[in-house]
Amino acid sequence: MKKYTYTEKKDTRSGFGAGLHEAGKRNENVVALCADLVGSLKMDAFIKDFPERFIQVGIAEANMMGIAAGLTIGGKIPFTGTFANFSTGRVYDQIRQSIAYSGKNVKICASHAGLTLGEDGATHQILEDIGMMKMLPGMVVINPCDYNQTKAATLAILEHEGPVYLRFGRPTVPVFTPEDQKFEIGKAWMVNEGTDVTIVATGHMVWRAIEAGEKLAEMGIDAEIINIHTIKPLDEEAILKSVKKTGCIVTCEEHNKLGGLGESVAHLLTTTYLAPQEFVAVNDSFGESGTPDQLMTKYKLDPSDIVAAVQKAISRKTK
Amino acid sequence: MKHTISELENIASQVRRDVLRMVHAVQSGHPGGSLGCADFFTALYFEILNHKPEFNMDGIGEDLFFLSNGHISPVWYSVLARSGYFEVSELATFRKINSRLQGHPTTHEGLPGIRIASGSLGQGTSVAIGAALAKKLNHDKSLVYVLTGDGELQEGQNWEAFMFAPHHEVDNLILTVDYNGQQIDGPTEKILSLKSLQNKFEAFGWQVISCDGNNMEEVLKAMHYAKSLTGKGKPIVNLMSTQMGYGVDFMQGSNKWHGAAPNDEQLANALTQLKETLGDY
Repeated sequence: MKKYTYTEKKDTRSGFGAGLHEAGKRNENVVALCADLVGSLKMDAFIKDFPERFIQVGIAEANMMGIAAGLTIGGKIPFTGTFANFSTGRVYDQIRQSIAYSGKNVKICASHAGLTLGEDGATHQILEDIGMMKMLPGMVVINPCDYNQTKAATLAILEHEGPVYLRFGRPTVPVFTPEDQKFEIGKAWMVNEGTDVTIVATGHMVWRAIEAGEKLAEMGIDAEIINIHTIKPLDEEAILKSVKKTGCIVTCEEHNKLGGLGESVAHLLTTTYLAPQEFVAVNDSFGESGTPDQLMTKYKLDPSDIVAAVQKAISRKTK
Repeated sequence: MKHTISELENIASQVRRDVLRMVHAVQSGHPGGSLGCADFFTALYFEILNHKPEFNMDGIGEDLFFLSNGHISPVWYSVLARSGYFEVSELATFRKINSRLQGHPTTHEGLPGIRIASGSLGQGTSVAIGAALAKKLNHDKSLVYVLTGDGELQEGQNWEAFMFAPHHEVDNLILTVDYNGQQIDGPTEKILSLKSLQNKFEAFGWQVISCDGNNMEEVLKAMHYAKSLTGKGKPIVNLMSTQMGYGVDFMQGSNKWHGAAPNDEQLANALTQLKETLGDY
């Protein structure tokens, strides 16, 4: 097992804030919009340096999505910022008609996704957003795993023409990907090569998959770990190549098992190459209040849950 | 004036014929609001807008128009074709398979003149505000126009947009409300009353004007006046009274024709009431 270490923990939303600031420097067409959550989205640096390119919309997310769509007409590249729940479910029809169907170059940037939002509870902990967004034709869906990758992803989507959903979170998590990484939309990142099982993970679950991989190595199981930061378009080639080698797969995500990364992988496997798959994901339920760690444990998203899923997947391989 | 009032009235008559024939051909679509707004669309595209029919999505240096109540697509398609965005013969493909003239307007099939999809109501004003802000950022002095229905104002997103525009001094925006008092299920007054739109808009900080939308001279006067009010710190709204189905006696003023197509006999009757001025497609 390749050794991964980290010297600090940072929140992925701060990676977005840093990326947005840099995007603003690189391209004068970048415009940021926020629905009364500037501090939560870490937009302060952008606002300080580019006040004329920042639009405070107030608590009116539907209007924000429409304004963002309109800004693209005239060549602007709008980045909207609010919580993942208010970036998707609350404004699904606005995104569907005014952004996705209209083919507008809007970057929907969504913080506080998943359970790790913590104490605010289920009203704010969206676990269905990946599903909603990936169902929209033409929408790119990205869920990076740490500060550096989120910053790199924010800059990568600036260069992509078309609507993007960028999902990140609130808690601090280990920073373990390189600062100078090249982020390629739709290209999986090989975390660790192995032979016994494929683990694909997205977002906050990538570090947990690495922790699980270390435990599995102690047990004599050689896990291949792949970071799927782009759920759509999915890197089918990387996943298939790995599964053909290992013969089974475990998918890990801080999302409902319905509609998420696991479901996209299942679709790929059933239509191309059958192999046992286990899901480490929220089991079709809402979240609740608690600390992020308590919630990840209660909803079975811990490294130990990944280990158990790996054992089950391996046991289901055709002998 | 590029055209005389009577020339514009003649164009509007042809547009109404187009609307009826398009809707009749596929026995679906929305003739009521389309007929009511034929004078407005004609005035806009033949007199008011500084626009470029060769069409560029970004519309730099030209006025932009957005239709929020997308179901009145027939009148928009007719006026776009008649003002040179595409061949009038293409009107015959309205609502048919593989057409660029979808039931509701869309950018998806690449029809020149359309900059956003609409149909799901209440979204157009937000989009127009975004386009108006882009113009300001681009130091582009041209204007942004948007049309909404009145029943459509029951959608909450409108009021988010109406609150936003005065706060941010979006004064390069002219909103027109097709104030016909009708919606699918009946008169707006009965379904969900709008009460005083004038008071509501004024309280939100808009510059409010009004006109009779089925009187070409009044429409032109109101829209020229609206233009003169731009750049003064406030968005402008024109409460434009129209009659649904205007121009055809048995359709006029009734919500029955919101989304119903005329049969052969009704079409023949209607067409006798509307002069063919530019040649049917």
